[in-house]
Amino acid sequence: MRGLRKTAPVVIGASVIALTLAACGGSSDSGSGGSGGSDSYVTVNGSEPQSPLIPAQTQETGGGNVIDSMFTGLVTYNQETAAPENAVATAIESTDQQNWTITIRDDWTFQDGTPVTASSFVDAWNWAAYGPNAALNSYFFEPIEGFAEVQGEFDEEGNPVGKPKAKEMTGLKVVSDTEFTVKLSRPNSQFPVMVGYSGFAPMPEVFFEDPEAFGKNPVGNGPFQFESWDPKVSIKLKAWPDYPGAQKPSIAGVDFKIYQDLDAAWADLQAGNLDVLDTIPDSGLAGGQYKSVLGDRVVEQPAGIIQTISFPIYDKKFENVELRKAISMAIDRQTIINNVFNGTREVATGWVSPVVNGYKAGVCGEYCNFDAAKAKEMFDAAGGFDGKLTLAYNADGGHKGWVDATCVSISNALGVECVGKPTADFATFRTEVVNKEMTGMFRTGWQMDYPSIENFLVPLYKTGASANDGDWSNKKFDDLMDEASAKAGQEGIDLFQQGEAVLAEDMPVIPMWYGAVVAGYSDTVSNVQFTPFSRVNLLTIEKS
Amino acid sequence: MGRYTIRRLLQMIPVLIGTTFIIYAMVWALPGDPFSGKCGQRPCPPAYVAEMTAKFNLNDPLPVQYFKYLVNLLQGNFGESFSGRPVWDEIMQAFPVTFRLALIAIIFEIVIGISAGILAALNRGGFWDNLVLISTLIVISIPVFVIGFLAQFTFGIKLGWFPPTVGPNATVYELLLPAFVLASLSLAYVARLMRANLTENLRADYVRTATSKGLSRQRVIGRHAVRNSLIPVVTFIGADFGALLGGAIVTEGIFNIRGIGGLLYLSIRTREGATVVGVVTVLVLVFLLVNLLVDILYGAIDPRIRYE
Repeated sequence: MRGLRKTAPVVIGASVIALTLAACGGSSDSGSGGSGGSDSYVTVNGSEPQSPLIPAQTQETGGGNVIDSMFTGLVTYNQETAAPENAVATAIESTDQQNWTITIRDDWTFQDGTPVTASSFVDAWNWAAYGPNAALNSYFFEPIEGFAEVQGEFDEEGNPVGKPKAKEMTGLKVVSDTEFTVKLSRPNSQFPVMVGYSGFAPMPEVFFEDPEAFGKNPVGNGPFQFESWDPKVSIKLKAWPDYPGAQKPSIAGVDFKIYQDLDAAWADLQAGNLDVLDTIPDSGLAGGQYKSVLGDRVVEQPAGIIQTISFPIYDKKFENVELRKAISMAIDRQTIINNVFNGTREVATGWVSPVVNGYKAGVCGEYCNFDAAKAKEMFDAAGGFDGKLTLAYNADGGHKGWVDATCVSISNALGVECVGKPTADFATFRTEVVNKEMTGMFRTGWQMDYPSIENFLVPLYKTGASANDGDWSNKKFDDLMDEASAKAGQEGIDLFQQGEAVLAEDMPVIPMWYGAVVAGYSDTVSNVQFTPFSRVNLLTIEKS
Repeated sequence: MGRYTIRRLLQMIPVLIGTTFIIYAMVWALPGDPFSGKCGQRPCPPAYVAEMTAKFNLNDPLPVQYFKYLVNLLQGNFGESFSGRPVWDEIMQAFPVTFRLALIAIIFEIVIGISAGILAALNRGGFWDNLVLISTLIVISIPVFVIGFLAQFTFGIKLGWFPPTVGPNATVYELLLPAFVLASLSLAYVARLMRANLTENLRADYVRTATSKGLSRQRVIGRHAVRNSLIPVVTFIGADFGALLGGAIVTEGIFNIRGIGGLLYLSIRTREGATVVGVVTVLVLVFLLVNLLVDILYGAIDPRIRYE
């Protein structure tokens, strides 16, 4: 559940010179030598992992790319629909959405030959949840019964108080090598979707013997196995020939080349030194340059990302619902997208991304449609606003452009002064947000962890939820979320959608737009697809 | 000379301790704690924050933290980054690359900058003089990232003469283009500085004396005028070398060079105090040594400046 943290590439006008670039880059990585050599690997833009290569410790994209390719969990997600499909699991069943029985395949092994058993999952989850192991992804196990006991207690300053009471969660029980049960502390119909997140990956025995050594030389059970990690230079993975999954990769391996700056990766893609660039930087987007350079070697598709503007509901100035709605209506989203993002985003009409099951267009209704006259009318009826509006953002993330454009749109429509308010960097910005020190609107963004409508609602808007930055609280919404979590299938989805409709009534957060993948690739690779997580699909990509 | 050098070396100790403390205090005073942005939109798990806080002594008062750091440092232990890599490894990976880049840049500055300056001064008011003045003016007025992107696009992508980005080994050939970009601004200054100095010195009494003594023009210019005009230029280049080591962030970013500037920038952003202080310590040390070297060089160029 990581927020958006894109680094800002430097925009530059020097790239307006139109160019038609054929394959003149002197590409040295094709055709040299037989199969298996690292020259035939697909090179993909990557970044330096911020943590050891352990699923429970990895959140950011750099390490996430590697972990995702190396581990296969209970389920994987369908390329087109993002629906979960059994991978290591053969069944994940429950009658009450609270007690789950999971059976797994008996023929799946890790890359070191040891079998993947029920204990591989249970031990891995217990390790991740155990407080002293300090796993970054521990909160994913919070729904499991007994989590609080293994996590331990903390005093007001955040220091641990003694040792946790237990080492293992009471909700996890191994029945046999191929079966285990999970008891959640409250019903959650989305549990089968959740377990596809890489934090839920099974871990081999070598991991528990020495987690630190494992983090530098991981052993997984996924389609690719670890080859080398040259810090800040590249991470190489080779295809695992014995991969038991249904779809095996056709490429020999993958080389994540680490760039500090997207512009450098973009230059390498144009020169034929890089195969896949998952994010084309602003300098390439400017004036649609990427299309003239790459032709049809471009992938554009929606991503599980939403950009929003939050109100500090704890500040009395923003109590009035009509005021919040008026501000939302005063924003001309499409024009901002066209001017700032070269039209590569899609206007948000609700709070849930189009890539997940349960997405409904137009939930926000008229309040997300730009209508200056109506907005002004509502604004005046709501009593206007004393002083000037501010919109805070972190200055290191490339947000200035759209923030300023949004403020101009609001000022023009409502006749109230609105200014962007930069904070030096993301760390400072988030400290202020978490400490509830915001005195005006502020930018928020969400990238899904698993493709479920629940992931776009519960962690963000439920009372006291971990990413509920504005401190919005609504009993009706909370009850609907609880009810929805207890119901399986379409029934549950319907209830989640009713919950989303509550957001439209109360407008605690303004939906702006859905994120999109805008990627490019070289002419030596084909069949390039991107997963719902905006990662290149290494199982389907082909290299000539 | 020997005693002078030893005295200068001893002076470095308080300077080093002072700078590391200032840097440590500054990183410590940065707003926002290191773990507030690490987990994106939600706060990091308390167990993780507690563990990291304990590991990096972040809860101790500043003097205690600094003292612990200094004790480790004196034992040659630079500490670890948040991802668990020794800071010394990080520095040793980045430093040789940056050093090579800065060295090539300095060579560009010396060869092109000084010759352009001499050429301009000897043709004062002529074609070469105007060419040097105008071209340096242009270079000075264009921001370095524009030059960087233009060079990368033109020579790296369009013409394909140089690789557009620098690979893991950072060979001299790969570094030529970024080093030229890096050198361009200082090169312009060097040329102008050299021109101004030489123009002035050519009209000085000692040059007239040398000429009337019957020395050849070549010898007058080469042996007397140029040599004396070099003193401020050497000072500038010496200081510039230090600046190039830590301040090549933009150029390093454009050409994907894994150097000190990028390391420092990233560490500041992620609040990695140990890495920032480690890098700065090494930088200060190098800066001090380069300065000492420059001061000693003065004596070699100008016999009037002798240290004893």
